Amino acid sequence: MKARVHVMLKNGVLDPQGAAIQHALGSLGFSGVEAVRQGKVIELDLADGTTEATIAQMCDKLLANVVIESYKIEVL
Amino acid sequence: MRAAVVVFPGSNCDRDMAVALKAAGADVQMVWHKDAALPDGLDLIAVPGGFSFGDYLRCGAIAAQSPICQAVVAHVNRGGYALGVCNGFQVLTETGLLPGALMRNAGLKFICKDVGLTVATSDSAFTEGYHAGDVVSFPVAHHDGSYTADAETLATLQGEDRIAFTYASNPNGSLGDIAGVLSENRRVLGMMPHPERAVDAGHGGTDGQALFGGLLGQLTNA
Repeated sequence: MKARVHVMLKNGVLDPQGAAIQHALGSLGFSGVEAVRQGKVIELDLADGTTEATIAQMCDKLLANVVIESYKIEVL
Repeated sequence: MRAAVVVFPGSNCDRDMAVALKAAGADVQMVWHKDAALPDGLDLIAVPGGFSFGDYLRCGAIAAQSPICQAVVAHVNRGGYALGVCNGFQVLTETGLLPGALMRNAGLKFICKDVGLTVATSDSAFTEGYHAGDVVSFPVAHHDGSYTADAETLATLQGEDRIAFTYASNPNGSLGDIAGVLSENRRVLGMMPHPERAVDAGHGGTDGQALFGGLLGQLTNA
């Protein structure tokens, strides 16, 4: 089985990289880009039957820093 | 005082840290990240700067899961002292031994320069060689040094006098100009600036000597 973990900075945590991307899109002439947030996607190949709870533990212990990041698990 | 310096793949300030500790009079050993135990009778563990594990995933995240870091956590939980500088500070926040997190600098650039720091408290073994309000100069060299924490954590740090150093002129967007914080028992210090790179006249300044000297004085008498 495969799972995909989306890690994003929590709402309210300033994202200077997202702000820089927004600025660069504006420089390229794309108007109306009101906000950009940058995160990361981690794809996992897992043994069949791995539970979402186990994947959540992986996120809490390593894949995300829950002080500043939130995550979303997508089982594929 | 018996001290040890952790070496991860990608550490690059480990020897500077050892030199600074030895110059202050400490007996220093190096410990490898795969070691599962620290030397017996250790007073201080230092987690040095660098780019442990290539900063993969997040700065300090992989190092924080290494066998030696489990031993560092146990050492701190026993009441041992720990000093994390730069990447070492990032590692200590990733282990949960210090609150908050270090994010990409607000200006997105790697910053490498001397900065002025205000000693925010002299109430710790690390800062008792200074007076609160002293302004010192240490180098910084980081890409991810913007300290952040939630409002409740910041209030706790302020209320418990656990902010050790603040930037005189904030270079990286850190919350509250915070450059270094102490643990609840005041025995763990994490800071982004490099005191170990300011201990010899050849470094261009010796403001870091008081940190290592004060630490030696405190831990040798303990």
